[in-house]
Amino acid sequence: MAIEQDVLVIGGGLAGVTAAVSAARTGADVRLVSYKQPTLRHASGLIDVLGYTPDGEGPLVDPVAALDDLPEGHPYERVGEDAVRAGLALFDDLAGDTYEGNHTERNALVPTQGGRVKPTARYPASTAAGLASDERDALLVGFERLVGFDAPLSAAQLNAAGAPFEARGATVEFPVELSADPKVTRFAHLLDRDEAGEESQDGSVRRALAERVTTHLDGEARVGFPAVLGDDHPEDVRAALETHLGVDVFEVPMGPPSLPGFRLEDRLYDALDAAGVRIETGNPVVGYETDGRDDDLIEAVTVDRNGATVPYAAEQFVLATGGLVGKGIDSDREGVAEPIFDCHVTHPPDRYDWFEDDAFGDHRFARFGVAPDRELRPRDARGTVEFDNLRAAGAVLGNYDFAAEKSGSGVSLATGHEAGRLAGDDT
Amino acid sequence: MGATPTVLVIGGGSTGCGIARDLAMRGLSVTLVEQGNLTHGTTGRMHGLLHSGGRYAVADQASARECIQETRVLEDIASHCVEETGGLFVKRPEDSEAYFERKLRGCAECGIPTEVLSGREARQREPYLAADVDKAIAVPDGAVDPFRLCVANAASAQNHGARIETHAEVTDLLVEAGEVVGAEVTHESGPGKRTHGKAGTTEEIEADHVINATGAWAGRIGDMAGLDVNVRPSKGVMTVMNVRQVDTVINRCIPKGNADIVVPHETTCILGTTDEEVEDPEDYPEAEWEVDLMIDELSKLLPVLQEARTIRSYWGVRPLYEPPGSGTADSEDITRDFFLLDHADRDGLPGLTTIVGGKFTTYRMMAEELSDHVCDRLGVSAACRTADVPLPGSRDERVLDDAMDEFGLTSPVARRSKQRLGDRAPDVLDTDDPNPVVCSCEGVTRAELQDAIAGSGTDLNAVRIRTRASMGNCQGGFCAHAMADELHPEYDAEQASAALDDLYQERWKGQRHALWGEQLSQAMLTYALHATTMNRDEGGIAADETVDFAAFDGGTPDGD
Ligand SMILES: Cc1cc2nc3c(=O)[nH]c(=O)nc-3n(C[C@H](O)[C@H](O)[C@H](O)COP(=O)(O)OP(=O)(O)OC[C@H]3O[C@@H](n4cnc5c(N)ncnc54)[C@H](O)[C@@H]3O)c2cc1C
Ligand SMILES: Cc1cc2nc3c(=O)[nH]c(=O)nc-3n(C[C@H](O)[C@H](O)[C@H](O)COP(=O)(O)OP(=O)(O)OC[C@H]3O[C@@H](n4cnc5c(N)ncnc54)[C@H](O)[C@@H]3O)c2cc1C
Repeated sequence: MAIEQDVLVIGGGLAGVTAAVSAARTGADVRLVSYKQPTLRHASGLIDVLGYTPDGEGPLVDPVAALDDLPEGHPYERVGEDAVRAGLALFDDLAGDTYEGNHTERNALVPTQGGRVKPTARYPASTAAGLASDERDALLVGFERLVGFDAPLSAAQLNAAGAPFEARGATVEFPVELSADPKVTRFAHLLDRDEAGEESQDGSVRRALAERVTTHLDGEARVGFPAVLGDDHPEDVRAALETHLGVDVFEVPMGPPSLPGFRLEDRLYDALDAAGVRIETGNPVVGYETDGRDDDLIEAVTVDRNGATVPYAAEQFVLATGGLVGKGIDSDREGVAEPIFDCHVTHPPDRYDWFEDDAFGDHRFARFGVAPDRELRPRDARGTVEFDNLRAAGAVLGNYDFAAEKSGSGVSLATGHEAGRLAGDDT
Repeated sequence: MGATPTVLVIGGGSTGCGIARDLAMRGLSVTLVEQGNLTHGTTGRMHGLLHSGGRYAVADQASARECIQETRVLEDIASHCVEETGGLFVKRPEDSEAYFERKLRGCAECGIPTEVLSGREARQREPYLAADVDKAIAVPDGAVDPFRLCVANAASAQNHGARIETHAEVTDLLVEAGEVVGAEVTHESGPGKRTHGKAGTTEEIEADHVINATGAWAGRIGDMAGLDVNVRPSKGVMTVMNVRQVDTVINRCIPKGNADIVVPHETTCILGTTDEEVEDPEDYPEAEWEVDLMIDELSKLLPVLQEARTIRSYWGVRPLYEPPGSGTADSEDITRDFFLLDHADRDGLPGLTTIVGGKFTTYRMMAEELSDHVCDRLGVSAACRTADVPLPGSRDERVLDDAMDEFGLTSPVARRSKQRLGDRAPDVLDTDDPNPVVCSCEGVTRAELQDAIAGSGTDLNAVRIRTRASMGNCQGGFCAHAMADELHPEYDAEQASAALDDLYQERWKGQRHALWGEQLSQAMLTYALHATTMNRDEGGIAADETVDFAAFDGGTPDGD
């Protein structure tokens, strides 16, 4: 049986999901195929739109106001301000009350695990009470066996950064006996279940944790934990801790692996289901077929299912396979390529020109990706559209350094929404 | 003099640390100064081969004999730094049959045990060997951890009363009445452990005898006293793979050449090397073609290497010495032997001896010979004991297995810790505090890091070489910040942050040579984690601009 769709989206990260939902909302019949886990599982869960300009100016208070000055070819320049707003609006709709920040166009400054603050546009509800512009004093609490978040050190960094409140840090032993080296998900699941089921701990894990933290509280109005407060029931965990502690509780983003990322992924996949998108994960798209007459039109992509190659036909295709991390962009010693359609990826011929010597320099590799026209269709080296019915979205696009700009999720949302909408409209 | 003779050793590589230990054990009062951290020079940038002598068995039999002898000694006194991997000299169809026979004979003449294997037998040992490898000679090559061994020598010297100063550069030699009487030393952050942000100081250290063990830098120390010490530094590249494709040292059985050896080292394999004369031991080109050559040439022995992932490359400079008047054109032809230059005899300047050249494998023998010489000069009669007394960490393997179970570590982590710490493991790991793994790639726990920090202050690169933390596949991406956290609260936030920046930059330096395929993905992930999740690329606390916090979103008006 041939698999046939109006729109086929390749890649199940933030960009692919957004594209699939927005295509489905045009009435199209949509399928999404994704190989491995999306980058969301590594990412902090914050939804950045633009925190710094490509020249490093910032932190920006108003990300949208800065869009106009972006260089030609930047994904935001390609799709324009309306698409950025539309992408965010779609995200707000999908995320519902699990995210905040849409009450203003201004960026928020969120304390990071190392105690620096980072500008972002949307943040998980679990992080809301932690904003650095909030003037209430904060107690940060770390766990002895959870490395990467040293609460006293983070607090010292926040104070040194001039945050308008006093931060203090304390490190406590988690109230359940743990192995020397527990995974972050272990903390989350113990708090979800709220019972250790072991002799060492009777009753509520949440209450026991709160009791350990209370002794450290010294008038602070809010308490921050590393982002491990539950996987399946984060609201319950946080509410219980707030009740027991009598103050607001927030999470400091962590990762990888990132529980806020896991939670967002779950939420988005539920939304995909609800939108009627067919989802298939675990098999890679390995190539494509044209009908032989028109090389500019893709007839089907081929999926590798345990060694057998199966064609998936569709009218429109969206490439949302991610960048170097998601493996939508690949490289070897000789060059850089987009592996499925071999779309052109501009890169210096000598691999020693792909990076800078300074670890945080202006790395060329961070901007590797395909270069689309204003309808997000990838173009070849001469600037001609590669295929009439292929659009690209998210980190597979080039010409922006999401890490330096703090624009990763914003670009995936704006271009995902736009690519999905255009693909759906064209069917 | 009456009092204990004092000796100043310049250089904290294998040679200097070996000398410091030897002389301290003989009862002399020893100070060692090193401009960087221990192993900052060539010792920290070598290939990790414990030479059986097989490589020299044809061309330089004296060296070959020394190697097999010292390999046996190190297996005894430094068991926790040595892995007895064994080695193979493999012959490809196009390689000379006559040379294969000469290698075999040479080994026999030098007392190096050998076994000839057919191609099939060789592939049974190392399944990734190329299908057309004809045959191989098995020899007792090994792998050695230069960091651990060097630090163990320094620790032993300290236990015998020596003073070890790192981040202490000799900026001048003190010469009085035609005699070297000491050196002027600049401490980067004052004497004692490295501490970021602490002001530097200078100190004049006087000594009855000064030893120049600065390897490729020996000419510069010579210059300070107007002496001509002609060191010709020659660079070589080493490329680190992400996994251990082989468990045996693989040499190609050819007279000499570039890119002819693979050494298994901890969780990795290291490919090497090149031999190119350079002007400056600290500033030389690290070239792309060298990395390509390693992969392309060594793929002829191990075809998997062609597509395998490399995690970084690094270069070292050989401190090759040319006695005046030799005039050798090609650096590959300069002898690998070592030289002891008594400047009283050679230049009429007493109080200074230079030791240069040689190999890591024979460092102990070199140190012994030099120490004999210095003791002779100083009229001390004490015998060398370094071949018999085990180094710290290496005393008794057997007590360990039982002790390790007690520390609650999962078995792979416990095994790795034990390999690194040897018999110090019970002391280091015996803590009542929680002891999580901080570096997962290499299985390094908090207690081990704290032990290293106690020894080396805020210098996280020194912590790295002691523990291997941040040396695995992710090259510190997932753990560098957690390592810096370990500095707090003993050191403050600003110091922790500066220490992290230094470590992160050092890790980046080597990865630049491995940026394609998987490792480029890893590099992007690491960059994103540090720049995006942690915002470490944008002005930290030292930034002069202050942020207008009030201008940003402070949350929903009524909270949630
Ligand atoms: C460590 C880290 C921290 C980050 N922190 C933040 C942050 O704080 N804020 C922010 O806004 N952004 C952040 N980002 C950036 C943001 O996560 C990404 O830019 C964004 O998620 C990219 O989404 P995507 O859908 O384009 O790609 P991805 O999420 O990478 O998804 C690509 C998907 O395509 C699949 N795929 C690839 N090839 C194939 C194939 N051949 N066939 C089928 N499927 C395929 C992959 O398996 C994957 O599931 C961070 C990123 C990283 C790595
Ligand atoms: C590419 C390569 C691969 C090699 N592989 C092997 C191998 O596999 N097996 C083997 O046995 N040998 C090997 N060697 C040889 C071996 O590494 C060296 O012979 C040995 O490490 C030299 O040690 P050293 O202490 O003499 O010199 P170094 O380790 O260079 O020590 C000299 C020290 O002096 C310090 N110093 C310099 N100037 C000053 C100053 N003014 N003040 C204070 N300190 C100063 C330097 O910082 C340096 O740390 C290799 C060498 C190279 C280059």
